[in-house]
Order: sequence, then C-alpha cells, then structure tokens
Amino acid sequence: MKKIFNLVLIGTALFLGSCTNSTSTDTPAPAADAPAGGGQEAVQDDVSQKDVVKVAVGSPDHTTLVAALKQAELVSSLANAGPFTVFAPTNAAFEKLPAGTVDGLMKDDKKADLQNILQYHVTTSALDTKFLTDGMTLGMVNGDNLTISVKDGKIVLNGTATIVGSVRASNGWVHVVDGVLLPPAKK
Amino acid sequence: MLALVVLTASFLSFQGCKPKGAQSAVSGDAAAKAYVAPGKYDEFYNFVSGGFSGQMSVYGLPSGRLFRVIPVFSVDPEKGWGYSEETKPMLNTSHGFVPWDDLHHIALSVTKSEHDGRWAFGNANNTPRIARIDMKTFRTAEIIEIPNSAGNHSSPFITENSEYVVAGTRFSVPMGDNLDVPINTYKDNFKGTVSFIGIDKTSGEMNLSFQIATPGINFDLARAGKGKSAGWFFFSCYNSEKANTLLEVNASQKDKDFIMAVNWKKAEEYAKAGKGVKKQVKYAHNKYNESTHSATSEIKNEVLVLDPKDCPDMVYFMPCPKSPHGCDTDPTGEYIVGSGKLAAVIPVFSFAKIEAAIAAKNYDGEYDGIPVLKYEAVLHGEVQKPGLGPLHTEFDGNGNAYTSFFVSSEIVKWNIKDLKVLDRVNTYYSIGHLCVPGGPTSKPHGKYVIAYNKITKDRYLPTGPELTQSAQLFDISGDKMKLVLDFPTIGEPHYAEAIPASMIMKNSQKIFKLEENKHPYAALGDNNAKVERKGNEIHVYMTSIRSHFTPDNIEGVKLGETVYFHVTNLEQDWDVPHGFAVKGAANAELLIMPGETQTLAWKPEKAGVYPMYCTDFCSALHQEMQGYIRVSPAGSNVPLTFSTGTNLPAAKPAAATTAPAEKSTTK
Repeated sequence: MKKIFNLVLIGTALFLGSCTNSTSTDTPAPAADAPAGGGQEAVQDDVSQKDVVKVAVGSPDHTTLVAALKQAELVSSLANAGPFTVFAPTNAAFEKLPAGTVDGLMKDDKKADLQNILQYHVTTSALDTKFLTDGMTLGMVNGDNLTISVKDGKIVLNGTATIVGSVRASNGWVHVVDGVLLPPAKK
Repeated sequence: MLALVVLTASFLSFQGCKPKGAQSAVSGDAAAKAYVAPGKYDEFYNFVSGGFSGQMSVYGLPSGRLFRVIPVFSVDPEKGWGYSEETKPMLNTSHGFVPWDDLHHIALSVTKSEHDGRWAFGNANNTPRIARIDMKTFRTAEIIEIPNSAGNHSSPFITENSEYVVAGTRFSVPMGDNLDVPINTYKDNFKGTVSFIGIDKTSGEMNLSFQIATPGINFDLARAGKGKSAGWFFFSCYNSEKANTLLEVNASQKDKDFIMAVNWKKAEEYAKAGKGVKKQVKYAHNKYNESTHSATSEIKNEVLVLDPKDCPDMVYFMPCPKSPHGCDTDPTGEYIVGSGKLAAVIPVFSFAKIEAAIAAKNYDGEYDGIPVLKYEAVLHGEVQKPGLGPLHTEFDGNGNAYTSFFVSSEIVKWNIKDLKVLDRVNTYYSIGHLCVPGGPTSKPHGKYVIAYNKITKDRYLPTGPELTQSAQLFDISGDKMKLVLDFPTIGEPHYAEAIPASMIMKNSQKIFKLEENKHPYAALGDNNAKVERKGNEIHVYMTSIRSHFTPDNIEGVKLGETVYFHVTNLEQDWDVPHGFAVKGAANAELLIMPGETQTLAWKPEKAGVYPMYCTDFCSALHQEMQGYIRVSPAGSNVPLTFSTGTNLPAAKPAAATTAPAEKSTTK
C-alpha cells in the first residue's frame, strides 16, 4: 500500500528538467491593474518536499488530473499549507468515464461542475492510510461526504475507487485511486 | 487530443520559473495611498496580536510603520517587563510565575458598540488569562487568570458597552474535585466553560463575574450582539464529536457543529439572583498601580458557575457547518456570520429568526440538555461556494462583509443581505484573520481591510527557515479591493483591530508626575538618594537625571547580600526614559519612564568592582552616565557608603588593604 510509484519519481524529474530547460516562458509582466496572480505554486523551491500539486504534476499517470486542477483553478489552493488529502485518479481512471465526459468538463462553462468534482477528491486533513478505517466518513472540500470501506486490506472509496498507492507530500497525502469519485446528486 | 493540448499548456504554466505576478498585483497609485510623509501621522492605530510572542504590537495605517511592541504575557528584557521587581507580579498565575504566553485576539473597548479609545484587551491562549492594556500609556495595566479553563482561545471579545469581556475555553477539561481521570473518559468527565469578566466602567478593572458550564466541546471565537442583539453573545464551537485524540480526523465527523448563543443579560440576572453555585478555584488577579509604579498579585479562590439546566432560556445551540472559526455579528446586530473552516458555504444567521425560533421552541432536539435551534429556522441564507476555508468576517458600513479564506488564500467581499459575492483578492499567503478599522463595531470606519498572513514564502528577502508573517493592506473605498501595501509583523498576528488615531493620540500620556510617585523606595530628588542595609538586603534609593546617577559610587556590599537598585527617573520630560544595568546581573535592564521608579535585584557572586550605566540614550553625555559598585567578601568590614561627585575618606582603608598585595607583586 505504501509503495511509491516509480513513475511519480520519473515524472518529477521530467518536470524539473522542463523547468530549467524551458525557453518558452517569456511571459510578460501583468499589467499594473491585472488581477493578482501567483499563489504558492509559483514559489521557487527545489529543496523542500513536494506539495500535493507537485506530486501530481510529477506523475505521468496524472496528466488529466493536473490539467483539470489547473482548469478548475485549484492549483494555488492545493499549494497552500493544507493539510490536504488528495485522492488522485489516474489517467486510466478518467478514461473509464463515459466518452467525452472529461472534455466536456474542461470547457469554461463547466468550470463549476469540474470544481465540484475535483473538490470532492480533496479533504482538508492529512490522512495516512492507517487513519482510513472501515465505515468512516470524510467531509470533502466541496461539502459532500465520502465513505471509506476497507476490504481485504484494500481501502475503497464510496465502493467505487480503490487506493492503489500513496505518496507523502509536504502538505499532506496523495492517495492514487483507480476511479473518479462523483459527488452525490443534489437533493 | 484536446486533453493533450490542455495538458501541455498546464505543464508550462506549472513550471514555477515563470515571472511572478504577485509583486505587480498592485495598482499604480498604491505607493501614494500607503505613503505617510516624514513627520506626518498615520490615520489609524492598528493593535495587532503578537501570537506566540505573547505581546501586542502597535502599527500605523496606512503606512504599516511599527511604533511599539507592548509587553503583555511574555517577559521583555528590553523593557524590564517580568524582570523588574515591580512588574514580576503581573506574570504571576495559579501556577506561579509564567514568563510566556500566546496572545491571539484583541478587543478594543466600546460604548454603544462603537470604539471609545480607552482600553485594549488581549487573551492568553495557553495559561488562560485576559490582559487589559491602557491606551493612555500603551502598557499592560491588569491581567486576570481564568479558572476552569484550558486554552483561552474564545476571548477577549466584548459586549456593547464594555460590560464584559468573555473567555471561552478552547479545551474542555476535567473540572471539580476529581481532576485525575483517564483521558479516554473525555465524554463523561470533560466539561467546558465560558466566563464573563466584568469591567468597571470608570477604572476598567476586571472581575470574574460568572461562568457558564457547558458541554465538553471546544470554543473557538465569539462576538457579542449589537443593537437589538446586544444582550446576546455568540460563540463558535467545534469538536461537537467530543474527540480527545486525532482531532484532525475525529473532530470533523459531523456535518454541523454549533454556534452557541448566550443570552448574557439573562445570565447576569441569574447570577445576581444567586442561581449559580460558588465553586472553589484558584486564580491570580494582577494589577499595576501607576501611582506606586508597582504591580500586585492576588490569588482568588471562588467563582460563580451557572449551569444551563438550572437557568432556562439562557443558552441555545445553532447548528453551523463544519468546525466554525469566525462567528461575527454585522454592524446592525441582525446577522451572525459563521465561518466553518471545513465548510463549503458561509451560513448567515438572522437574529430576528433566532428570537422567533426560540419563541416557537423550534428545536432540532437537544445537545447535552441544551436546546438546538433548527438550522433552517434561524438561517438568513448561505453564501454558496465563496472560497475554500472560510475563517473570519469583518464588515464595512455599507452592508458588505469581508471574509478571509485560508485555503484559497483570499479575501472575498460579499453583500450581507443578498449573499452575492462582489469581489475577491488574493493574499500572499494563507490569510488567517482580517481587520477592517472598526469592523467589529456598529460603526465601521471602513477604508481598508488588512489581511494577516501566515506564510510569506518568497514575499520578502529570505531569512533562513523562519520567515516573518505579514499584514497586507487593501483599499476598500471603491467597488474593488486594491492591494496597497504589505509589511512584516511581530510574532504571529492573529486578530487585530484598528481605530482612528484621533481617538487615542490626544490622551497619550507623556510623563508620570514625580509628586504623584508613591513608590515606597522612590527617591524624589538627588538629596533623597541613599543606601540602606536591611538584614542581607541592600536597598539603593537611586536617582537618574541627565547625566548622572545618585549615588554613582557605592561600597560596602558583601557577598551573600542581594542588592536592590530602586531607580527613580527624575526627568519630567517626554521621551526621556533612563535605563539601568549592572555588569554580570542575571537579570534584564530597567527602562524607567520619566517620574517612575523601577527596581532591579542583583545578587553578586564574586567580590570586585562592578560598573553600572544608563542603557537608554538620554543626552550628549549619556556615555558618561555611569558608576561603580564595590562588592567585598562576606566577612569584610568595608563600611556601607555611597556618593556622587566626591571621593569619600572611606575609600582609604580599602586601598590600604590592597597595599600588601601590591608590594608582594613587586618583589
């Protein structure tokens, strides 16, 4: 359960490489009255442990998730002090959704829906898997609850997604899951 | 295909090597808005909690200039606070002398829920206490300990005419006779309290009027009502699960915790009618007397406790989503805003609806025997998806609320009535509390909102692993909040209040009048300076005036004796303190205000001659403001003498005793 994906490490290395080698970041400074931008994700720090966002960014298995976090404007929040637990669906997990779902959610007019779904994958608490017990309920950032079950040593979320790996991040935990969690329908 | 494009784009923008926008996120006229020209005054005083420094700091707004750090709960060797004999009693507690605490929140005194510029109150979060700071002297005038409390976090919020400041315990704890219980019996044995500390209208003196016993939950913040709700107090509560371990998980199991509504006028009636039970406790009450220039500490032994089950209609719970932190009443007193730090909405409660729900007994059951009002029945409405991690709300005078969001690092401005979000700005980074000048009162002064940020990674020149925390000033005079300035702060700023300078500066004290100095060891003039032996104590009645001490030569102290330097600053001139220090003293300096007397205790360990000097630059001949004190072995017969400006004959026998030694070294 605690194995760290080798892919995560490889991905991280790629990420760092792309940073130093990039030649296409000649972004002009924002205009004086531009909305304030740049949260803690932009802090230059190659020494500290990676936060949950950087862990996801570093994983080639999570490119869809990372793109979605960016589109949902959750990157700055998740680079904050936390503490967070992120249930991080893999690309394969997103591919299990009906065709066109992800592309649809990535559209600007669906941002609120995307935020709702992604916030349902985050709880404001740093939870090692040892604290995830059978029958436990977690309040997720979007306001809905998620139920944990433990079967044969496997931790399953809402009966649909299983934790397949875990990475400790500077500001919490990333638990890699094999399914996308969908918030309960609104009453 | 689309996914790939998005992915590539996002990858580029994640790189962390892009030029940052944050530094430029100010409008062109920001510098002019924060600029206060040399010699000009700021418009507001900002009283800022010092967090784990234990102190309170005073800044000017809009400049962000730091004027003073007021020592409150932590010793401050710079000012002799907690080191001088006069100030040591201020830090006395039922646990003895405690040199540190953690000051989180400020409450400025109010009349009719408006600032009146008299006192600032601060809470000690660790060893529960409340301090009162006198705004005339900017010094701590009084500290009262809170019994039956553990972690005085929900404090020191204040009622509409400064009748009471409150103290809600953060930790519930075992109370009563049996304190030695297993921690896992929390649900049975641990209880909470909220205390009401009465404030004397004229002197400001605090007294523990009564406590209300509560279920064993955690109290976070609080606010008094205003106007029509002025007879009520609202306390945010978390851990309604009553967890005693891993609260990170176990105290966020329920979808709703509570705001506890207390009808304090009714509680006051019950207290006066003798409804409470007097409980034996132990707490310190420390007062500083500006006439004797000395503090006294009194240990008190009794508190009146009201039990809600004996006092109907006094306490109600209102459900509030997920671990509410802020619990803030708007300027009209009609709306109470709960900020559940794990909640996805901001609930706004209506006082009119609370009254109606109570009248109709519109309850959703009870919690430990206390009625729980129906959420929907007391709710004005919810701000939907306002941001992540709402913490605390303040108000302008125009019907708008400003809520801080820790997780999404932003301030969100919204309209109280229609609950619509109007504007949002980023903070750098991780805002905790915020402050609008007058924001907690019925008449906000508006103009600015100040964010108090926990994290400043990359915002300033780095200073190793520990970085300063910060305040950020936004102009709120227009529709959009505009970042004007950020500035570093002392310790960890939690809550702060800002008040127009005009309400304070005219009262600011310049000197203490010498003729009013009733210190028992004061020397009111050079001619009164003397040195006396009392048993094994040497008392030096010393004066300081530009630019000498009287006496400045002292002989005859013996090892084993403790020397008390009682230094009276004879100056009667604003901004001319004198300092005092003696070599090797295991103590701080004294910093003595004009007209004041302060005492440094020193127990020399070795015979010899020790220099002493003035530590606070006072004049062109400050460097000449010095003296010597001679310490002789325990059995010495050197007479006790003192002088300034003359060498006394008594010096001769002393010289003779050293002569043989000199001879022996010349052989």
